[in-house]
Amino acid sequence: MSKAEIMNGNELVSEAAIAAGCRFYSGYPITPSSEIPEHLSKRMPEVGGVFIQYEDEIASAMAAVGASYAGYKSMTASSGPGISLKQEAIGLACMMELPLVVVNVMRGGPSTGLPTRVSQADVMQARWGTHGDHMIIAVAPETLLETYTETIRAFNMAEKYRTPVYILTDAVLAHLNGRVELPDPSELEIIERTQPTVSPDEYNPYDVEKFGDIPPLPNAENFPKYKFHMTGLNKDKTGFPTVDVAAVEADEERMINKIMNNVKDIESFEYYKMDDADLVVFAYGTNAAAARVAIDEAREAGIKVGMFRPVTVWPFPEEQVAELGKTFNNMIVTEINLGQMLYEVERVTKGNVEISTVLQAAGVPIRPQQILDKIKEVS
Amino acid sequence: MATDYSKYLRMEKLPLYWCPGCGNGTVLKAMITAIDELGWNTEDIMMVSGIGCSSRATGYVDFHTIHTLHGRALPVATAIKMCHPGMHVITFSGDGDSTAIGGNHFIHACRRNIDLTVIIVDNWIYGMTGGQYSPLTPTGTKASTMPRGNIDPNFDIAELAKGAGATFVARGSVADPISLKNYIKKGLAHKGMSVIDALSNCHIQWGRRNKYGDPVKLVELIKEKTVTKTKAAKMTPEELEGKYILGILHEDKEKKEYTEAYKELVEKAQNE
Repeated sequence: MSKAEIMNGNELVSEAAIAAGCRFYSGYPITPSSEIPEHLSKRMPEVGGVFIQYEDEIASAMAAVGASYAGYKSMTASSGPGISLKQEAIGLACMMELPLVVVNVMRGGPSTGLPTRVSQADVMQARWGTHGDHMIIAVAPETLLETYTETIRAFNMAEKYRTPVYILTDAVLAHLNGRVELPDPSELEIIERTQPTVSPDEYNPYDVEKFGDIPPLPNAENFPKYKFHMTGLNKDKTGFPTVDVAAVEADEERMINKIMNNVKDIESFEYYKMDDADLVVFAYGTNAAAARVAIDEAREAGIKVGMFRPVTVWPFPEEQVAELGKTFNNMIVTEINLGQMLYEVERVTKGNVEISTVLQAAGVPIRPQQILDKIKEVS
Repeated sequence: MATDYSKYLRMEKLPLYWCPGCGNGTVLKAMITAIDELGWNTEDIMMVSGIGCSSRATGYVDFHTIHTLHGRALPVATAIKMCHPGMHVITFSGDGDSTAIGGNHFIHACRRNIDLTVIIVDNWIYGMTGGQYSPLTPTGTKASTMPRGNIDPNFDIAELAKGAGATFVARGSVADPISLKNYIKKGLAHKGMSVIDALSNCHIQWGRRNKYGDPVKLVELIKEKTVTKTKAAKMTPEELEGKYILGILHEDKEKKEYTEAYKELVEKAQNE
């Protein structure tokens, strides 16, 4: 049985985190994400979890990494400038291979930018914000319900693949209040990190020979029994530093492949009215809602247009977009920035498709009319 | 009875990678001896470090260990303590890590009075990166980024910790390892934020630039520059100029500890 609630995007992220088993939240106030810590400061103690408002964004991200190491499902949230500050901790979670959920309620930038206004200009930051070769998972929900379900999925993927996962929402979704039919908790699939079954003496957190590409990681209950070492340095199977060329190379590649070899499990996308379409719009996040309206209106005018919408934006849906490039003559890429995912679309379609764009970085949503005008122009 | 160090060290990771004569080993030994005297189980001990020479200590001890990022041991240690309030959580990092890049985290961890034991290996220099000056490099002395002598005034870690709200503050030195061990032991047993400023010798990166390249000479210098709290009480401000005061410098058993405060908050939330 589901229950209907009036909630905004920030509250839905928070409630979904609790439903997913998150029991540690650390953050720092920043617009437009502040309702997440506000909500969780009330809720975490109720469910016996930990809430801490730290002295800064760096500390709050590092704390979430520390809690994950200690066996807790953890989350931190912020917006643009705060996410910039959290990058070193996100890289540490990549290297230590610790589950972590990071919410970026995207606002205009660069720098302080437009604190209260919408943007999708952090999608490339999500992919490449922290230094070094790494892979990342990021999801971009379009609706309030999807904000809830994608948050659950973000936690599941973080635990399953021992990796940081971004939830990319934006100022619109964060403050949009709506009636949402929340799934019944018993219907949710909640994934926990695999637990070691070997004795503590035989356990190493990166022993891929023994455990496969994603070794088990003690949860909060097992953590006190299993002593192990972790470091941000390139590590060997025991978690200790190494500069052995072959070992480093194998580990760097494994850390990327543990995600890329499981793309089929991680990917999520929607084809909207694509069956008979001869023009495709590429859109994601809340901007897809505008594209959806434009497509519906264009179809009323007799234009056969559809949409491809990635929900998992990282890893990028290379296979699907490459196929679109081969199938269609024209594609419209729209995003609330000056062209970021556009680079990915161009990269994977390899010049097979004529690409038009509806891009805008002005702190306001792209209106359906803007997308409709472009649809009419190219069809 | 002599301490069996193999109980506390990951023997297969030895030898230590520190320079011969480095004070890090002395401070680590003081900490291990203190733990041994307290009779703690290694399963109950969590050790967190930042980045730097001393921060590599986490690799050698057979506790729960995490070698985090530069300056960030305290946010991680705070989180782990909140998750496992029953564990003994220790941080072990250098002066640059703890008071420069980690300075903000340091004062706020002190303010919260969370039950951590913070051991700062205070050797006046960034050793690993090549002898750059830290907030603890004595004014006037040379560093690789202060070739003409340091113009920066220093922090007094003890005063900083006390002012920020830590409830146990002590300073010891590698020149008197027994007292250092005793301060660490009291700090470990203290319920609340305890800070131990452990003056230590980096004869390579600080010493060589300042005519103290010999570790014995540098430890002698530390001895000359330090004075016990008891003796300091009878000295004039002029006599105390440039001296480091040793001893338990602040102790407050009344201030509420943070995990206790949080536990009460949880009880309140659950009984609403």
